[in-house]
Amino acid sequence: MDNALIPKEVKRCPFSQFIILLGPVVGVLLLGVFAMSLVWLKGLNQTNMNDAYGFAAWIWADLTVIALGGGAFFTGFLRYIIGKDELKNIINYAVLIGVICYSSALLILGIDIGQPLRGWFIFWHANVHSMLTEVAFCLTVYLGVLIIEFVPLIMENRQIDRVPFFHHLGHRMHEIMAVFAATGAYLSFFHQGSLGGVAGVLFGRPFAFREGVFIWPWTFFLFTWSAAAVGPCFTMLITRITEKITQKKLVKENVIQLLAKISGWMLTTYIIAKIIDTWYWAAVTAPSKGFTLMDFYSNNPLYGIWILVVEIVIFGVVPAAILIIEKGRRHPILFITAVVLAVLGVCLNRWVMVLQVMAVPVLPFEGWPMYFPSWQEIATTMIPVTYGIVFISLAYRYLPIFPQEQELNPMGQMGPGEQEKPSILSDRKLRSAET
Amino acid sequence: MIPSIFEWIWDMSHIVFMGGLWLSLVTIGTGLIYCIIRAVLDTINKTAEPHFNE
Repeated sequence: MDNALIPKEVKRCPFSQFIILLGPVVGVLLLGVFAMSLVWLKGLNQTNMNDAYGFAAWIWADLTVIALGGGAFFTGFLRYIIGKDELKNIINYAVLIGVICYSSALLILGIDIGQPLRGWFIFWHANVHSMLTEVAFCLTVYLGVLIIEFVPLIMENRQIDRVPFFHHLGHRMHEIMAVFAATGAYLSFFHQGSLGGVAGVLFGRPFAFREGVFIWPWTFFLFTWSAAAVGPCFTMLITRITEKITQKKLVKENVIQLLAKISGWMLTTYIIAKIIDTWYWAAVTAPSKGFTLMDFYSNNPLYGIWILVVEIVIFGVVPAAILIIEKGRRHPILFITAVVLAVLGVCLNRWVMVLQVMAVPVLPFEGWPMYFPSWQEIATTMIPVTYGIVFISLAYRYLPIFPQEQELNPMGQMGPGEQEKPSILSDRKLRSAET
Repeated sequence: MIPSIFEWIWDMSHIVFMGGLWLSLVTIGTGLIYCIIRAVLDTINKTAEPHFNE
């Protein structure tokens, strides 16, 4: 039914199968939309927010998707500014994931502020001394840049490409993409950094406070660094998941290996910097404020010293070591383990920097406030996941996301096990029967 | 925020902070306008462009 929209020389499953398989995901997405409507209509009383947790659990989801979406800016930087030409075969997917992550981040912020009708105040009545204002500016403009980077891909759709104006527009946009990519890298550097800077300047909370350079605490640089290191890992992880689901090889191994190597070295340098930062904070900064390291990791039901060890060693040192060693990153199981651990590492780091920060008592008579989100918060936090699956499925079906797909999967050749187990997004036998 | 609104102050913070934002917006806007104008001209002139993935 939709064959005219599907890219040439590739095979996709029948439309009916596509809709049926997406059904459950759309169901969960609609639950999230319902919860979001409740929050907007009834207010923030739908959450478990309190004085200790003024941003709910959403703030963690927000910072996490922004870090994971960092693959778009860093891959774009490597492709268009540094000139790593091989990455042209994965940049489309990195941009698509970036669009999903950043649009989700803005959606979550739109829910989190509770009064979205006044969301524009931050732009018009800007507090120029606030790092969050910088985050709001850069985040919004960078989403615009990502959409601009994504538009030429939409113009590549078989039917849209037939319209001469759209064909030429896509071509012209691609011609000056380096300008947009450079602007995106500049915006990303500052908003990723400022998200870390927000925690680092909290001089009243010694768990987060860090010294730094000029107005920027060390957390500013660590956040940008970790996003640049882990963002490509997330892109590679989603690529592998897509390949597994479609039962197709979509990106050549040399492209993945190059990105994995760069990501590995970024992760290695990041984790060294993180270890030095943690040691200096534990040995100098925190004691100067009257705290010992164990004050931050004891007398509470959740946050033990294990969280620091897991974040730095298991989710940091281990994946970095695997990715910088060629044998490690070429081994399929070790490779997937490394990217999963790296992604979990950035998720845990953001949790610590926004939620554990709020939990640590700063006065002698305070306890550790714990937090569990309401079902509305959980359902809305699922929106980025379900919306991402739907977006990726539609983009994969109708747009030439992977330039190497045709070469790696010539028509008429079946992938291993395809006859026995039809894939979710691509099905070669049923579509040929339809046509 | 623009200099004509009442909260604006001509100090370094406002100039650097808002200047960065407006510089980004002008760069992106100029790029987009360039692309649209060139695409309109290409369409009118029926220019044959190679496909960028080719």
